[in-house]
Amino acid sequence: MSDSAIFGITLTVVGMSGTMFTLWLLSLLITLLKKAFPRMEN
Amino acid sequence: MLWTSIVAGLQSFLLGLSSFTLGQIVMIGIGCVLLYLGIKKQLEPLLLAPIGFGAVLANIPLTGVMEPGGFLRVLYDGGVLTELFPLLIFVGIGAMTDFEPLLENPRILMFGAAGQFGIFLTLLLAIALGFSKLDALAIGIIGACDGPTAIYVSSTYAPHLLGSVSVAAYSYMSLVPIIQPPIMRFLTTEAEKRVVMATVKKTVSKTTKILFPVVVTVFTALIAPIGAPLMGMLMFGNLMRESGIMDRLVKTSSNELANIVTLLLGLAIGATMQAQQFLKLQTLLIFALGFVAIALDTVMGVLFGKLMYAVSGGKINPLIGAAGISAFPMAARVVQIEGQRYNKKNHLLMHAMGANTGGQIGSVMAAAIMLSVVKGLGLV
Repeated sequence: MSDSAIFGITLTVVGMSGTMFTLWLLSLLITLLKKAFPRMEN
Repeated sequence: MLWTSIVAGLQSFLLGLSSFTLGQIVMIGIGCVLLYLGIKKQLEPLLLAPIGFGAVLANIPLTGVMEPGGFLRVLYDGGVLTELFPLLIFVGIGAMTDFEPLLENPRILMFGAAGQFGIFLTLLLAIALGFSKLDALAIGIIGACDGPTAIYVSSTYAPHLLGSVSVAAYSYMSLVPIIQPPIMRFLTTEAEKRVVMATVKKTVSKTTKILFPVVVTVFTALIAPIGAPLMGMLMFGNLMRESGIMDRLVKTSSNELANIVTLLLGLAIGATMQAQQFLKLQTLLIFALGFVAIALDTVMGVLFGKLMYAVSGGKINPLIGAAGISAFPMAARVVQIEGQRYNKKNHLLMHAMGANTGGQIGSVMAAAIMLSVVKGLGLV
């Protein structure tokens, strides 16, 4: 396999899984934030 | 003696004309096409018009506008190569964006991840077509559907492709309402298109809205530090907006600053479209791959939507997957219009807005991860 192909596949696998995993963690953080600071109804 | 001097003086009028090349004439024609698309067809006019005019100016011989010290060269060196212009535009975007629909339903952020897969698949395609690694990176980033991100990445890693990548990115962003609907219709069933999603409730506190940009900046910068300037400026703009006490800065960032920088950025990018760099077969390939990138974003977003539809027991309309890109708010509007085509009572807009703002974060995150991996692999 050529060097460029290895680069492309590495970036695709790490990029797609990394973006998915990071945004999943971020969604959990937002959920935690919402629980820690709930909206107060006036 | 006098006659010779007068003739020499008159000849200087013809210097520009005699230096004209066929390539420059073609590029001036392309610049005029961009002006036509921007002004007459109103496709991203705030950018395509300055880009078109910049291209016209830069291709007139002997003007020196892109020579060292030329005014477009100064704009390019100072604003584009330093990445300053895209970052300043991000402050304005952050100040204009309401992330509340996303905060109401954080899981929808996953659509913003799926909508970026076109970037990576296009990068693979570009490599298969023989582009170098860094050129493929710059071409793939068109799939971010985000002009400033595309400019940020291509100006750093493939500045010779900046003109074609930027024009492709902005052109296809404006064509999202034409590109996306056929893909959405083809990939979803009648039953899926008709799914009515629950109303978005107001559950987010002001404290959460203020902490959100700080948390996102710190968290994403820790994972992909090289993308911190992009995400940081986007989130700083949003922090000013949500704080509620920086109205003057918010108005300036989202109006005057964004407008001035957009104008200068457009002219500087247009000036990079010089005949010897632009009139190549690879430019056509870049435009074709840019189209593929945005189509693949939509395909992957809708397919992810179908997965969520199945997992949620039919509570999520897969059409909102198409909004997981950064083209805001066009993609969300497309979803709303498509949803109503099949069910007049269906209001998907707020859910789609959530996915769309998720797409903005997703595109910056995808770019940041790409840049970090490239640095990690020792390519830069």
